[in-house]
Amino acid sequence: MKKSWVAYPYVVWMIMFIVVPLMLIIFYGTFERTPQGIEFTLEHFKRFFEPLYVMVLIRSLYLALICTIVCLLLGYPVSMILASKEYRDKRILIFLMVIPMWMNFLLRTYAWLTLLEKNGIINTFISFLGLPKMELLYNQWAVVLGMVYNFLPFMVLPIYSVLIKIDKSIIEAAEDLGANSRIVFSKIIFPLSLPGVVSGITMVYMPAVTTFVISRLLGGGQFLLIGNLIEELFLKSGEWGFGSALSIIMMILILFSMAIMSKYEKENEGGGLL
Amino acid sequence: MSYEIINLVDISKTFDDTLVLDNINLYIRRNEFLTLLGPSGCGKTTTLRIIGGFEEPTSGKVLFEGKDITHVPPYKRKVNTVFQRYALFPHMNVEENVAFGLNIKKLSRNVIKEKVKNMLSLVNLGGFEKRPVDSLSGGQQQRVAIARALVNEPEVLLLDEPLGALDLKLRKGMQIELKNIQQKLGITFVYVTHDQEEALTMSDTIVVMNEGHIQQIGTPIDIYNEPKNAFVADFIGESNIVDGIMIEDYVVDFGGYTFRCLDSGFGEKEKVDVVVRPEDIKLVPPDQGMLKGRVLSVIFKGVHYEMMIESNGIIWKVHSTLMEPVDTIVGINIFPDDIHIMKKVKVS
Repeated sequence: MKKSWVAYPYVVWMIMFIVVPLMLIIFYGTFERTPQGIEFTLEHFKRFFEPLYVMVLIRSLYLALICTIVCLLLGYPVSMILASKEYRDKRILIFLMVIPMWMNFLLRTYAWLTLLEKNGIINTFISFLGLPKMELLYNQWAVVLGMVYNFLPFMVLPIYSVLIKIDKSIIEAAEDLGANSRIVFSKIIFPLSLPGVVSGITMVYMPAVTTFVISRLLGGGQFLLIGNLIEELFLKSGEWGFGSALSIIMMILILFSMAIMSKYEKENEGGGLL
Repeated sequence: MSYEIINLVDISKTFDDTLVLDNINLYIRRNEFLTLLGPSGCGKTTTLRIIGGFEEPTSGKVLFEGKDITHVPPYKRKVNTVFQRYALFPHMNVEENVAFGLNIKKLSRNVIKEKVKNMLSLVNLGGFEKRPVDSLSGGQQQRVAIARALVNEPEVLLLDEPLGALDLKLRKGMQIELKNIQQKLGITFVYVTHDQEEALTMSDTIVVMNEGHIQQIGTPIDIYNEPKNAFVADFIGESNIVDGIMIEDYVVDFGGYTFRCLDSGFGEKEKVDVVVRPEDIKLVPPDQGMLKGRVLSVIFKGVHYEMMIESNGIIWKVHSTLMEPVDTIVGINIFPDDIHIMKKVKVS
């Protein structure tokens, strides 16, 4: 291509905001300032393997996993309803799904605080019914709830966009060959929607693993996730070296799972990625 | 075993207040090749979908071997369908596609394998078992779709313009292949097409439809030679359709000449449609013709020439193997056998 110069601004952008910061993170993670000067070290990576930090990672992966499963269980039926004949032309429902995403992420999450607080709306309602107030905030379920609420659209939209593209006559062909609705779903609709499911899982799991805002607000700082840990290392304790090492570990984990996902997606004839 | 396998009784269907089928009555005989023929939007596909169970009629009944199946879902019907765009399952290979119906019936694995193999060789796709369906050509996909439907040994096979997406040569080949398969297996075929030639080639019975009504039911020869009204005459083959007046029985006036014909039973001076096939018009020297005309245009069509000949303000389409140059004055003869008189129908 002769016109490759049009890509130069983009290349510059990439170098400035992606390559350089990455190099910096790798540098901070693997070098250390000592009295003798700057030295190569793997100390930060070793430190990660202390049980305390491994636990934080496992907890992050675990909560993200639960969030993804809940999103899938809630999101798939929603996508099917949205893609069904009755709602196909009614964009309003999709619109309602997407509208909350236009609001600020923090605001959305703060809204849950008002709902779940000790004297919040839900507890007021419960005590109105004469039941004892419940501790709804500052536990891991509040964190999972916040994640599901925030990330559900990322599960629904890719699945929906794959479902809506399934040729109606394929479903009719299956019915014609003797398949009842259960078999149509398990043999036709679900297998054909797998690319959407895979990208939905990717799009929910990745941000869920690394979130730190939701866990700070709804978990009240009692549930340290890997995102919070990195944030604190950089902003509070100023341990940039260890923070960078953790970031690198996270990045490798994410790249690794993305690679598995995309391989799986290709086997299923891909497509459908939003 | 009844003679009639499917009966449509007083079937009407409306979509959003549009009447698509208006009181259709039709019976389909066992083992016949029946074609629903008509222009697009005439209701032929809707009729097929009602038989297949994909649409429920707004009113009326569908009987299968005498039993009412109007509200039976498609997966419980003993009919299978070949869809317009094949509708193969894209995530399965050829073998899995064809075996789909048999797997649902939970036949043993060996039986399934055997049946699939036989069916694939019947449609000339032996050895294609493991191929993914999207690697096949249109004609091959078509044959997979036919095999997938036929392997279930349906009593009736419904085909919705199955050759529509194929090129002309492939179509001709598949038409003969389909007819052979139908005769070999002795299954009732209900075939939907807008291609009159296809219908004439393959069918035992043709049902001509237009605007939700059945226009005529008959054998291909009947439909071609004795079209019931101007629509059928125009749709099947090519025709000259002109206004005429019945003078009395066996005498009709049209185009500025009084012809003898074979039709009777019309009212005196009744206005009628007169249909004459282009190949039935004989060109003779001017002084020997019943009508005189001037050649307006000549088109070479391969086997014959198509000439437009103007006479007394009417333009006749004439097919002849002999060419008359443009502007020649010719005589036109039409013999009683070739004049088809039809009652005027209100065509909207």
